[in-house]
Amino acid sequence: MSEITNILVVGVGGQGVMTATEILAEAAIALGHDVKKTEVAGMAQRGGVVSSHLRFGPKVLSPQITPGDAHILLGFEAAEGMRWRHMLRADGLALMNIGNLAPPVVELGLFEYPQDPVGEMRKSGARVFAFDASAIANSLGDIRLGNTVMLGAIADHMPFPAEVLEKCVLQRFARKGEKVIEMNRQAFAAGRAAAAEAQKTQDAREQAIA
Amino acid sequence: MAAVMPAPAQSRLLMSGNEAVARAVWESGVRVAAAYPGTPATEMLEVISTYPDLYSEWAVNEKTSLEIAFGAAMAGSRSFCAMKHVGLNVASDALMTLTLTGVAGGLVIAVADDVGLSSSQNEQDSRFWGRFAHVPILEPADSQEAYEQTKLAFELSERFQTVVILRMTTRICHVKGLVTVGERIPHVAAGFKKDPARWVMVPGAAQKRIPLMFQREDDLRAEAEVTPLNFVDSGSDRRVGFVTSGPAYMHIKEAFPDAPVLKLGLSYPAPFEKIRAFAATVGQCVVVEEVEPLLETEIKAQGIKVIGKEILPRQGELAPHVLKPVVGRLLGEEVAEPEKKPARAVAPLPVFPRPPTMCVACPHLGVYYTLAQLRNITIAGDIGCYTLGFGHPWNALDACISMGASMGMALGLDKGRGEADKDKKIVAVIGDSTFMHMGMQGLLDIVYNKGNVTVLLLDNRAVGMTGGQDNPGTGRDIHGQEAPRVDFAAIVKALGVKEERVHVVNPYELPTLFKTVREETKIPEPSVIITNQPCVLVDHYHGLKPYTVIDDKCTGCGNCLDTGCPAIHVTKRDSVVKPSGKTVDLAWVRIESSVCTGCGLCVQPCAPDAIVHADKVIQIKALQRH
Repeated sequence: MSEITNILVVGVGGQGVMTATEILAEAAIALGHDVKKTEVAGMAQRGGVVSSHLRFGPKVLSPQITPGDAHILLGFEAAEGMRWRHMLRADGLALMNIGNLAPPVVELGLFEYPQDPVGEMRKSGARVFAFDASAIANSLGDIRLGNTVMLGAIADHMPFPAEVLEKCVLQRFARKGEKVIEMNRQAFAAGRAAAAEAQKTQDAREQAIA
Repeated sequence: MAAVMPAPAQSRLLMSGNEAVARAVWESGVRVAAAYPGTPATEMLEVISTYPDLYSEWAVNEKTSLEIAFGAAMAGSRSFCAMKHVGLNVASDALMTLTLTGVAGGLVIAVADDVGLSSSQNEQDSRFWGRFAHVPILEPADSQEAYEQTKLAFELSERFQTVVILRMTTRICHVKGLVTVGERIPHVAAGFKKDPARWVMVPGAAQKRIPLMFQREDDLRAEAEVTPLNFVDSGSDRRVGFVTSGPAYMHIKEAFPDAPVLKLGLSYPAPFEKIRAFAATVGQCVVVEEVEPLLETEIKAQGIKVIGKEILPRQGELAPHVLKPVVGRLLGEEVAEPEKKPARAVAPLPVFPRPPTMCVACPHLGVYYTLAQLRNITIAGDIGCYTLGFGHPWNALDACISMGASMGMALGLDKGRGEADKDKKIVAVIGDSTFMHMGMQGLLDIVYNKGNVTVLLLDNRAVGMTGGQDNPGTGRDIHGQEAPRVDFAAIVKALGVKEERVHVVNPYELPTLFKTVREETKIPEPSVIITNQPCVLVDHYHGLKPYTVIDDKCTGCGNCLDTGCPAIHVTKRDSVVKPSGKTVDLAWVRIESSVCTGCGLCVQPCAPDAIVHADKVIQIKALQRH
């Protein structure tokens, strides 16, 4: 098991969770790993829950990550990160966008959105690097860059250099012109910086508790 | 989709099971491929349609797709059709007799079971069809196997002159893994040879084919004993051994790397001697199959001692975290109860549900907003995005079972109504593609038998739920080329619905829609209301200017929320007590203008006219600044 890396990417249908996982898979393949990627995405296009499992290593058998065995949880939406928190290993890491997307059942007042999803995750013992990927994407001029911001955030926590992942991200936009490539380059860098900053905050919090 | 240059042989590609099957179909020299879209099978034909040198099409239903493939196989071509599990129920009428004729060119049916119910109405185990029709079942365990077994399936099909069923599950169709692909080998059609004793299944001819079918089944069982598709992984820990098929194989290898495993790729007819020999080498033998105990029952009937569904769940996927505690208990090991304390993890944190929703500006929103306003009404629904109308805030769909069933259910609700329902209005809701798939006959029945049913035919010019595939109503074929476009009003009139009972309305015009539905439900005759606005996900959908809410004007009435549009978000809640003593909940809203496409639905029920075009507000603010 220790030779296999388990990454769980979660969010809401339409956020680009599956594309992000596919890019992570491409990076792992480029490094010669065996890879399996699977989704639980019933009617994902309709704003439902999406969780995408990526496993890579010398030889991958089952495509599914066992609860409690994810090394990294990459959360595109705050409450969705909380929903899948139990998938993390005890020594796992959650990289979380704190941006919220409330579904209609919440808007209609049938359910409540959690007050502090990241706080709940920490309370349950998870190590969380939290940042506002949606705000970063907006500040760079396009909410659709959120996907690349998230990939930037995970880049320094993969078992391979960040540049490998960056190359795979930018390849995706190779045909979209230099301007789009540059925007994604910036988004990737901003994601890396945001995760690094969030790590400092988390480290300080852990020291304070210790 | 347009044809693209296929990746060269020996490439190692990240492919879903569906993509792997598509590649293998192309490499096998298949000349005809047909399917009706259905999750999780849809991508097989979608991807096949991008390959050159073969004919592919969206058929109107699964039975038609199988008949087309069979016709091509009679002509000596290799042919293929794909369907979701419930699709094979529809196609089974053809299947149950073409097992008697057999095939000339190879014919493979890929059937995708939705184990885990990600997007279906049931979790049936389609391997039953192998037993019922006496045809072989192949079960791949990942993308590479899906690719290899598809190619082998065509060889088996021609060698034994039988249709072969490739049984996939969601966890094969939608998992991506690395696949090493090969060359395409063209296959020449032998040509149709007249042979009434073989191809014309009248009783006398069928009678003579039945023994041949059983002989073929015996031959296939002998093949199952020797095929490399059925192999043993020896293991060092012989306390428990596993007989398994499909994706469960990978889960077992993951959970019990040292256990012996007999893996059945050709799982029907099962190789009993191989299984008997294997069972003798292990302490206890557990059969792990998704989902029904089919192999298990047959193996037990042979007097081979195995354990199966006594200890394993009869529904859902048999993932490692499901298998481990069950087998641990069998071995008398101490097992952490997963429901109390999952291994090495915390219990799931409670979070609201996030069911799928209809899209922003979906043309179905107006339909369900309208149906939710009507009282004393029973609504028979159907399969598609519009099934979501059963949920909040509309709660406007009362039944849904299978493709096209809304028609028959509605007529039955009408004819079988009890005294308590004597004034109930019966409405059926069906989408364009579902109507053509299996709804037209039901409507004919309603007309012929003078049913009192109002049919809402939601023509959004796409197979929406599966991703907007084309159909005879879109005017385009599987390649996006122009195709004859069906005229729904003409069809329903031809089926006998009176001209004055047929209406085509714009579902965004709420007053017109409401008036039409209310009036037609009052008239005790079959009527059809066709809505005519396209799915918002299709390429040719054009959005209009987005709307926004003027905060000062919003009174919190919440009427706009009743449309169910996901672009509308609540900013503040309150409740007031009216002079009548009744408490009224208030919800103030904003519209996410970046996703709003300006359909204008929410504008119509807004009492204080607080919803305006977003650019107007920007203009006003600009003026105020100057």
